Amino acid sequence: MAGELELRLRDRLAKLKQLHLPGAGVSDEVRRIEHQLAEVDTGDERSEDEIWRSVEFARHPDRPYTLDYVERLVADWIELHGDRARMDDPAIVSGLGSFAGRTVAVIGHQKGRGDAVQRVKRNFGMSNPEGYRKAMRVMEIADRHGFPVITLVDTPGAYPGVAAEQHGQGGALAASQAAMARLKVPTVACVIGEGGSGGAIAFALANRVLMQQFAIYSVISPEGCASILWRDAGQARKAAAAFRPDAVHCLELGVIDSIIPEPEGGAHTNFDEAAKLLGQSIRAALGELGKMNGEELRRDRRNRFRSHGVIAS
Amino acid sequence: MASRIDVSIEHKHAPPDAGASKKHPNTCPKCNSHYREDELAANLRVCAQCGYHYPVGALERIEQLLDPGSFIEEAADLRSADPLSFFDLRSYKERIAEAELKTGLGDAMLMGQGKIEGNNCQLTVMDFSFMAGSMGSVVGEKFARACERAIERDVPLVSVNASGGARMQEGILSLMQVPKTVCAVENMRDAHIPFISVLTHPTTAGLLASFATLGDVTIAEPGTLMCFTGPRVVQQTVREDLPEDFGRAESNYRFGHLDAIVQRRELKSTLAKLLRLFDHGR
Repeated sequence: MAGELELRLRDRLAKLKQLHLPGAGVSDEVRRIEHQLAEVDTGDERSEDEIWRSVEFARHPDRPYTLDYVERLVADWIELHGDRARMDDPAIVSGLGSFAGRTVAVIGHQKGRGDAVQRVKRNFGMSNPEGYRKAMRVMEIADRHGFPVITLVDTPGAYPGVAAEQHGQGGALAASQAAMARLKVPTVACVIGEGGSGGAIAFALANRVLMQQFAIYSVISPEGCASILWRDAGQARKAAAAFRPDAVHCLELGVIDSIIPEPEGGAHTNFDEAAKLLGQSIRAALGELGKMNGEELRRDRRNRFRSHGVIAS
Repeated sequence: MASRIDVSIEHKHAPPDAGASKKHPNTCPKCNSHYREDELAANLRVCAQCGYHYPVGALERIEQLLDPGSFIEEAADLRSADPLSFFDLRSYKERIAEAELKTGLGDAMLMGQGKIEGNNCQLTVMDFSFMAGSMGSVVGEKFARACERAIERDVPLVSVNASGGARMQEGILSLMQVPKTVCAVENMRDAHIPFISVLTHPTTAGLLASFATLGDVTIAEPGTLMCFTGPRVVQQTVREDLPEDFGRAESNYRFGHLDAIVQRRELKSTLAKLLRLFDHGR
């Protein structure tokens, strides 16, 4: 509850912090008050449990993946394979199809479903640089022929492997964003599960960024954050509650444009309904973008991302 | 003063203390040669014995690279806000205050204009000692403004990077600085402004996935760790021994991700040469 106690604690905390005295005594006092605040401060905020539910739903093994949505939303689907240099990365699917009566390019992370063999085959949705280069190739085709690009984001992150590093993982992630920044066609990104850090942002530099109700979008996994800041991966729930990767928080910060509702109980309970709701949102977003020409789309996209961030005033 | 902060709670959970066997900062970690502060500074913080490149702070880097007195800082007043009221073992506000006291900087990047051997340029320099050079809203904003200023002034941008990646304490907003800076570079490309990216030890994660790898010319100092994922995490994932130079500039050079590895004593002249070449071509 944001009651009188909280206000008093916050006031005291602000005063202590203005002292700029990093002595042990003050530091202890600050910590004590912050701790009290954390206990008080659960009334109007979403609780740790609610945020953790998003994390669990986003990673649910039965959650619909990119190809589940493609199957339900895209007609005449043709998958395009390979980066034309080294390999075809199964953790990313890309291709052309017809959506709402118009040819579109769809690019997304793909996790394997079912047994370990299937999951490993898709590398748990963690792409190598070749996957992002394949995606860039398909983006260029779309740009050349005027097809809108729809990206579906669902990855724990880019793959942390030796070969991935040797083949330029960081550079590929940057190049993929740069390619998206240059496109002169409408682009819509949807976070449909885990929006994990660099691997996610590589496909998220779009005119409109949407997020499903129980998806998460974050700079680091809760476990990773906990092991760095708390030095204990077991504190993941606490870490998630601190950086709040849920859709409502992302909307509050202006990082996403809207939340796509999911069937009650989560997308995994009803694929058809989840796909229908996703399709409606993408169609609406593409409709809004249809009025802009290529140069306007490019400027709109870059201005959108230019505004992100909070600076002390 | 800064050393008096009570961090006993963190230390309780810390891995076996690395600090106990830690060497003096002026002792070379490679060959154990030890230098007086003035000797080391005079040699650009390079070990005269084995060539190891010590870390260089942003202010000292500017002294090393720019013509004396030519640097004019811009956007110096930008400071981090705390949009998430982030609190782990300590509050984000406290961590920032500590970093400010320790480094005397407002955030992990200095931005401004200056001259390198008489060649005008816009410059960004990062400082790893400010919260591991992490990129939050302020770093992202400074870099974006640097690109805009370079376009306005029609001069090249030189960016000297050193960063552990995104600043977790700003949550998703720190991730948003990645596409923000990429867009800024793209605007610069459209305006035909040259961009030279210098990677210094270490430049990893969020920085590699954004502007650091997008230079027209990308160079690194010897031994620079420049990987998207750190060696420890990769090792935990693949569970095998990593190549000795994993993620280092030398390995990246071999695999074709770098234009050159440049010794620190040649960095200024190399940058000047590049600036001249880009200028004369226009």
